[in-house]
Amino acid sequence: MSPNRQLAQFFLLAFAGVALLMLALHYAGSALSGTSSDVSAVDEDANSISIIIREEPPQLNSSRATDAISGMVLGHVMEGLVRMGLDDRLEGAVAERWEVTPTQATFWLRENAKWSDGQPVTAADFIFAWQTALKPETGSQYAFLLFAIQNAEAINQGTLPASALGVSAPDPYTLVIDLARPVPFFDKTLVFPTFLPIREDFYNATNGRFGADADQLLYNGPFQISRWVHGSSMTFKRNPYFWNQDEIHLDAIHVPYITSDATASLNFFKDNKIAITGLQAENLSEAMRMGWQIRQHRDGTVFFLEFNHRQGRVTDNVNLRRALQLALDMDEMVYKVTKLPGYEPGVSLFPGWLMGEEKLLRQEYPPQKITPDASLAKQHLQKALQELGLKEPPDLVLLSGDNPISSVQSEWVQQTLKTKLGISVKIDKQIFKQRLAKMTSGDFDLVLAGWGPDYNDPLTFGDLFASWNKNNRGQYNSPELDAFIDIAQSRLEPAVRMKAFGDIQQHLIDQAVVLPMYERGVTYVVDPSIKQLKRRVIGPDPDVSRAYIDTSGE
Amino acid sequence: MLKYFAKRLLLGLVTIWFIASATFFGMHAVPGDPLAGDKAMTPQIRANLEAKYGLDQPLGTQYLIYLGNIAQGDFGISYTQENRRVNDIIREHFPISATLGILAIVFAGLGGVLWGALTALYRNQWPDVVIMFAVILGISVPSFVVAAISQWSLVGLNLAAGTTVLPIGGWGSIWHMLVPALVLGLSTMAYLTRLMRSSMLEVVGTDYIRTAKAKGVPPTQIFSRHQLRNAILPVITVLGPAIAGITTGGFVVEIVFAIPGLGRYFVQAIQQLDYTVIMGTTVFYGAFLVFMVILVDLFYGLIDPRVRVDQ
Repeated sequence: MSPNRQLAQFFLLAFAGVALLMLALHYAGSALSGTSSDVSAVDEDANSISIIIREEPPQLNSSRATDAISGMVLGHVMEGLVRMGLDDRLEGAVAERWEVTPTQATFWLRENAKWSDGQPVTAADFIFAWQTALKPETGSQYAFLLFAIQNAEAINQGTLPASALGVSAPDPYTLVIDLARPVPFFDKTLVFPTFLPIREDFYNATNGRFGADADQLLYNGPFQISRWVHGSSMTFKRNPYFWNQDEIHLDAIHVPYITSDATASLNFFKDNKIAITGLQAENLSEAMRMGWQIRQHRDGTVFFLEFNHRQGRVTDNVNLRRALQLALDMDEMVYKVTKLPGYEPGVSLFPGWLMGEEKLLRQEYPPQKITPDASLAKQHLQKALQELGLKEPPDLVLLSGDNPISSVQSEWVQQTLKTKLGISVKIDKQIFKQRLAKMTSGDFDLVLAGWGPDYNDPLTFGDLFASWNKNNRGQYNSPELDAFIDIAQSRLEPAVRMKAFGDIQQHLIDQAVVLPMYERGVTYVVDPSIKQLKRRVIGPDPDVSRAYIDTSGE
Repeated sequence: MLKYFAKRLLLGLVTIWFIASATFFGMHAVPGDPLAGDKAMTPQIRANLEAKYGLDQPLGTQYLIYLGNIAQGDFGISYTQENRRVNDIIREHFPISATLGILAIVFAGLGGVLWGALTALYRNQWPDVVIMFAVILGISVPSFVVAAISQWSLVGLNLAAGTTVLPIGGWGSIWHMLVPALVLGLSTMAYLTRLMRSSMLEVVGTDYIRTAKAKGVPPTQIFSRHQLRNAILPVITVLGPAIAGITTGGFVVEIVFAIPGLGRYFVQAIQQLDYTVIMGTTVFYGAFLVFMVILVDLFYGLIDPRVRVDQ
């Protein structure tokens, strides 16, 4: 049939046309963006490994960075005064040694710490970075971390000039910090990116674009960003000026892909393109079948059911809160409902990894375990109804995030409260920013919320429900709790502080101020030839800056 | 012709202004706080940030400032990618979406015409049934499923071959584009196939085809000159909006295949209430769509002499 021939001709022509177009696009494309270089997960010859990140790092200007991904990148290419070692203990970085007294902290910097242009890192670089973070026009959201330094808060509020900051450099390698109040854990807060050094002349030369591109940053860490194609890929090359070359083994770290898709990440791992990937619950059986060594890591974040404590709200009533506390079985939620690997049912606002005086805080002050008890819960509910002058159990609004996990959990809360207490719960599902806005304005009864640590001290959780804390969005206000928090904040003796944390924990449970639901875990797999890949709660996570390749063990 | 074009262009500008205004007020009406983060801010820091983004002005003033900036082609600085100008984001990421989109459209257009013509030729015979079944699948299976399945298949292919036959994601060479473009163009291809089929069948029954047959015109010529050329018109009509749709609608494909296109920013900006990126991408895409529709109308006149655009 001749139309067939015609079609065949058309098909051939079309094919040739497509091939031609693809050739053109190929050259145009490589001119546009030579991005994903073909690197494999582990390249022994090039001494490099590849990892994936979830999204483009939003902010590499350390004075303004707040998020985990920027923190991860900065942790590989910058170095602060101190860092968390592979053994999870604080160790000297740019600072060789240091001393903290109730009024002052002194840091002696090593003279061989250098910037990626060969110039030495000096005390002035830290002073400039901290002043920059505090200046009101910088708009740094984490400036509050610096408030332990004399005059820092006033500078941030614009009442004092940045030069008034209580830091001085008697010589280029000595940094003296005057503290506004005694902060027993001051050195531990310094691992946060806000405290990283910035060199003034370089910062000023970037014309407000500091941290916007690979060449708009000056590096003093083990690696430097040698290539950064926005939204697509990054490459970290070993920094030849880094002082501690003995600890660094890799020559390059590639980030060939940026995507938030968990399945895609797993596919890249299977295709031997990246060396580490997270696992979803549905991938576990496949991972076991492949014989991968599955690892778990608790990322330090605690999720909880928070109450609205504002006056006039039914959730201001302690017996109602106790009823909910006794009705909700977090073991059931974690093990039978969400069933996510690595998750731990919540028993306290203080997660299990926090250190106490000598042992884990949880060992020194074990939280009182609440045994779910439906009939006791009903008794508390009856009492609450009497106190509130209600005949029927009140309807509650549960504010929740819009992700699948939050949905499952809020439906579980709804179901449980209905069957056990006869309380109707209306779920108010909102996107992240709107959930925060509603929490701040108090438009909820219950809310699913979480809190991640900023520094390695129980206080990072302990002051969350202080009456003055702006993150206390349910506005819980108790002089008794405030007094405990005050002790934990201002006293220096570890034993006294840890006792205060124990008291805070007990108060939160007794008054059912907040109902801890679970501690989040991540399940992941790593290429077995990579050693010293470090997962962290505080600091860059994952940290491959000290990793090395060893194929002998396979 | 020129007068018509000028009129369309002016109308297009009004449309873009309307899109910009509607997006601006709609966006501000959406509940939520674009500056909110995990940790609460002191009032001072919040005031500083508001001043930085001009949120301290009344809404009307913000709107005027914003219109002025758009007129100068300045979309401002992103809220979430705090060091990047929205113009840079569009400039860096749109060419990638466009490249992928063009390839997808070519696949969709050629494939649609080819399969559509085939089904019409073999009406109610097995090629027709097989292809139309595939078409239904192509239209009804959502792209994230198709994307996931094709990536999964690529992994299997590479594992079986023991080497990288085709990259399963990323961006850089034509090999990175091939599968994502096919996935992206699939539903459009299916839609065009169906359109082409019905259009071909409609043309077959017309008088001029019968006349041509009666005159003894060779079947080849009837097919190419009369049937195909007439049937392709509706396809061209939908191609314009389809181009805009495909170059903008690649969000899912871009996420799955880790492609740094603009579609990701377009969708994520809304989830993150990134005001400037929402505005920038919406106005940009709006202008792009308006322009494509005008272009298609002009092409229409070139392909079909019966359509006189200046009337």
